[in-house]
Amino acid sequence: MQFMLLFSRQGKLRLQKWYVPLSDKERKKISRDLVQTILARKPKMCSFLEWRDLKIVYKRYASLYFCCAVEDQDNELITLEIIHRYVELLDKYFGSVCELDIIFNFEKAYFILDEFLLGGEAQETSKKNVLKAIEQADLLQEVRIFLYHQVAEPIREIDCQLDSSWSRAATK
Amino acid sequence: MPAVSKGDGMRGLAVFISDIRNCKSKEAEIKRINKELANIRSKFKGDKALDGYSKKKYVCKLLFIFLLGHDIDFGHMEAVNLLSSNKYTEKQIGYLFISVLVNSNSELIRLINNAIKNDLSSRNPTFMCLALHCIANVGSREMAEAFASEIPRILVAGDTMDSVKQSAALCLLRLYKTSPDLVLMGEWTSRVVHLLNDQHMGVVTAAISLITCLSQKNPDEFKTCVSLAVSRLSRIVSSASTDLQDYTYYFVPAPWLSCKLLRLLQCYPPPEDGAVKGRLVECLETILNKAQEPPKSKKVQHSNAKNAILFEAISLIIHYDSEPNLLVRACNQLGQFLQHRETNLRYLALESMCTLASSEFSHEAVKTHIETVINALKTERDVSVRQRAADLLYAMCDRSNAKQIVAEMLSYLETADYSIREEMVLKVAILAEKYAVDYSWYVDTILNLIRIAGDYVSEEVWYRVIQIVINRDDVQGYAAKTVFEALQAPACHENMVKVGGYILGEFGNLIAGDPRSSPLVQFNLLHSKFHLCSVPTRALLLSAYIKFINLFPETKATIQEVLRCDSQIRNSDVELQQRAVEYLKLSSIASTDVLATVLEEMPPFPERESSILAKLKKKKGPGAVSVTELEDSKREGGELNGGGDRGQDTATMAASNASTPSPSADLLGIRSTAPLGAAPASAGSLLVDVFSEAGPTAPSAAVNDDGFLRDLEQPTETSDSLLVEGSGDLDSAPPSEDPAPPLSEADDLLNKFVCKNNGVLFENQLLQIGIKSEYRQNLGRMYLFYGNKTSVQFASFTTTVSCPGELQSQLNVQTKPVEPLVEGGAQIQQVLNIECLTDFSDAPLLNIKFRYGGALQNLTLKLPVTINKFFQPTEMTSHDFFQRWKQLSQPQQEAQKIFKANNSMDTEVLKAKLLGLGTALLDNVDPNPENYVCAGVIQTKSQQVGCLLRLEPNAQAQVQHTDSPERVSHNYSSIPNFLHYLSPYSVNI
Repeated sequence: MQFMLLFSRQGKLRLQKWYVPLSDKERKKISRDLVQTILARKPKMCSFLEWRDLKIVYKRYASLYFCCAVEDQDNELITLEIIHRYVELLDKYFGSVCELDIIFNFEKAYFILDEFLLGGEAQETSKKNVLKAIEQADLLQEVRIFLYHQVAEPIREIDCQLDSSWSRAATK
Repeated sequence: MPAVSKGDGMRGLAVFISDIRNCKSKEAEIKRINKELANIRSKFKGDKALDGYSKKKYVCKLLFIFLLGHDIDFGHMEAVNLLSSNKYTEKQIGYLFISVLVNSNSELIRLINNAIKNDLSSRNPTFMCLALHCIANVGSREMAEAFASEIPRILVAGDTMDSVKQSAALCLLRLYKTSPDLVLMGEWTSRVVHLLNDQHMGVVTAAISLITCLSQKNPDEFKTCVSLAVSRLSRIVSSASTDLQDYTYYFVPAPWLSCKLLRLLQCYPPPEDGAVKGRLVECLETILNKAQEPPKSKKVQHSNAKNAILFEAISLIIHYDSEPNLLVRACNQLGQFLQHRETNLRYLALESMCTLASSEFSHEAVKTHIETVINALKTERDVSVRQRAADLLYAMCDRSNAKQIVAEMLSYLETADYSIREEMVLKVAILAEKYAVDYSWYVDTILNLIRIAGDYVSEEVWYRVIQIVINRDDVQGYAAKTVFEALQAPACHENMVKVGGYILGEFGNLIAGDPRSSPLVQFNLLHSKFHLCSVPTRALLLSAYIKFINLFPETKATIQEVLRCDSQIRNSDVELQQRAVEYLKLSSIASTDVLATVLEEMPPFPERESSILAKLKKKKGPGAVSVTELEDSKREGGELNGGGDRGQDTATMAASNASTPSPSADLLGIRSTAPLGAAPASAGSLLVDVFSEAGPTAPSAAVNDDGFLRDLEQPTETSDSLLVEGSGDLDSAPPSEDPAPPLSEADDLLNKFVCKNNGVLFENQLLQIGIKSEYRQNLGRMYLFYGNKTSVQFASFTTTVSCPGELQSQLNVQTKPVEPLVEGGAQIQQVLNIECLTDFSDAPLLNIKFRYGGALQNLTLKLPVTINKFFQPTEMTSHDFFQRWKQLSQPQQEAQKIFKANNSMDTEVLKAKLLGLGTALLDNVDPNPENYVCAGVIQTKSQQVGCLLRLEPNAQAQVQHTDSPERVSHNYSSIPNFLHYLSPYSVNI
């Protein structure tokens, strides 16, 4: 994977992770172009597109778009599930995560991502193990994170195919 | 503010984020941020030492500000200090800041590396992981130098914790990707392979990415991984969905690991060991079988994970290309997906089938799906899916279905998305040529292509149809008849006129027997299009006319009349004028025999690979095509355009062939890019002047009074010199001694290109950057050629084009990244697409970075994109010119400049410069014949601005006087500006 971007429906970047060396300017240009391209696409369109020399895999969860750029030989479907697993991890950690959680605890979102993906490759795909690592780290500090899920719309798949963690979120 | 908060950790940060979110405008946000930055700066600079918590909070705020898109130029030191904190959270924030905002300040890098070293040796797994994450995130060469030998030790040490192993494996992968030369293979390699057997699935998942990458580069050293991977895969595939506990994802056992295993196997040929191979085939069959089983869950995650493995397995089957049974099964499976309700699956099935189509075992099976694919091309609502369908049709095409597929693609072209038309045109052209049984079908197809999508038919396509018609005498009569008919259409595309002119000029005699297409009718038909065409096409038509004189002596009087008329023989375009004069003279003084020899039918072209194919490969991006292929295609273009040995008419035809449909705005550009063959000498020599920067002394001598005859005598010589013109020009540029010139030099480099489109932009001892560009209306395309002059590879070669400041909204420049490695002596190419949105005065910047030896080279140049490149020349009469001139009397519409000539004022040089500027040079307009008068329209996306120019040389005083009123009433600021900088350089007087 070359990079991952999270952005809102309004086109605001919420998280950016770059796995290839690019200048700051280049990153800004890529984000701008790609966000525009994806926001212009209609909901039922395919989750994959060719963009420059890369394959883009994206999916929308509630107000947030998750978007990954992978190389030619990479598997699109498994990348789509990388996105989903990351959403699950965020959801489990924050407890039905919403966009505000990621805004206010952006550093946590980065830490979780680093436990899950490193250098653009899956490091640990077990949800339990990733969360265990994060929780251990949290034990080393006083747990002081803000939770926002009670005031904002939780991130949830728009096609309403909720898995267990989502349905838990929905019942809250 | 948030409703719930656990504790009060970094409350200041939360408040700050809230404030930013509450800002009503961008200005308010910037104000708030500046306030915060000032606050943090004062805190960091203050006398009071900050405690760890405050430092963490402020560093975190800086990080937040940076992630919002603002620049941060301080705080690095404080972040580095956090790294050595004993508190985990402080360390963690420090590392995060470093990972996101790394700065190659050498002093800091040393400190960072020290902190990392301490954490790596701390034996505290959480600290070790943090340090490894940081190395993997930054991945810089400096870090590779410091840690590339340490990490493999951590990875294979017996007492390393699993989680540390996982991080170490991927950390090493990242370092290997950035600096492969620093990661040395050693005794650790065999132990890494054995991580495939590790009990911990997470360790296997992480390690396999590393192993795959290493295997690609060193297949022999890692080949033992094949049997290990097969047995691991076999265990996963045959396991029940609950066996793997948390590594089961929506009832699919270890989907990520399975995909990675299948991907690793694609680095190798099929296993030689029968037992291993048998086991693998069994796995693949099981995966295919599972696809037919009813889903264990209705969730899309289940089917995605399952199908991800299936597609990866199919990729492996295609890679092996040796198991007909599996290939056909794969194809059938994909066939089912073609009609699946999930768009994603249809997309992937089309993509995957493309590769299946090229296997001899499955080609026939793929073909059975043709109707479904055609239907997809017609009905899919998502353009990216339609694109895949078009690709697949191209891949599955063979002699048996070519007519159907070409017909479908042609009909799709009428409504196709603009973004894919050019590629579609190339594909149709290639298929038509490749599978043509009867060439009349081929000719029909290409002419249809021009009719339907003329604007997207590139030179290569119509060169190719001419090449084929010339080489096959069985199709020449048919081609002549068909183009004649096609030209009857009231509005036909200029490309059609080009093909028509060429073919009738060669083979018009084959249809002249029919009174409906008698010589005179043919001529009148062609000539009726003449006035609508651009200069290059007109030039081609003039060559067709002289060929007519030879083919049909009865047309001689009519054609001579046309050549003699003022609009030809006194045409302001030097190329057209030259042709008219020379052809007229040739037809009047040469005997029939001489005429017949000079204007003989074109000899067959040597057989060669289609230049269209090369073009398509090129379109597929820099990764898909090697440098040699690119060079082949260039050379081919040269030959196709009539290399020097075919006599004068070939060359003149070729000279016009080389045109794009664009008007004479880039005429000079065209002449220099196309190998001219034996083009008329005076035009040729003019050209050399403009591009060689030789100054005005040489050129006038080169204007050749008996040029035409000399050409005939020494065609090869002339053409040779012109053929090498491009590279000769490159050599003549003075090499700069500085390895990285300061930006100030960039202006000089820029100004060299005001009046020309090609040449060397920059050169030093390592690197040469050549430029070729063409412009059409408000669009331009620039080819940059980066040549490695050394024998050593350039690594991490990156180029960045940027539009600083307000230029961003004035000019749109797009490009793709280049290959990061440039081998010694090699040249790579980058294409920029440029769109002029509105008036602009700055130039875009090109930044180039690469490593030569270990040293980072970094230089920034200005790209020679100036507003005058978007000039469209405009012809007008003396009366019109002065009428408009007088209307432009307001101060902001007019600019005047008097400047001293730098060199002697040579007429030809001046004319060349003015043409190079992009305007039309108007003859017989100014009552004073000494003066030069030009007119053009600047084309931008938002508006078009007319511009008139007079240059009044004063030979005695060596002074010139330029006036440039503009036709629009409002202020068009940059014209005077660019004239200003233009004058001393480009007019060069």
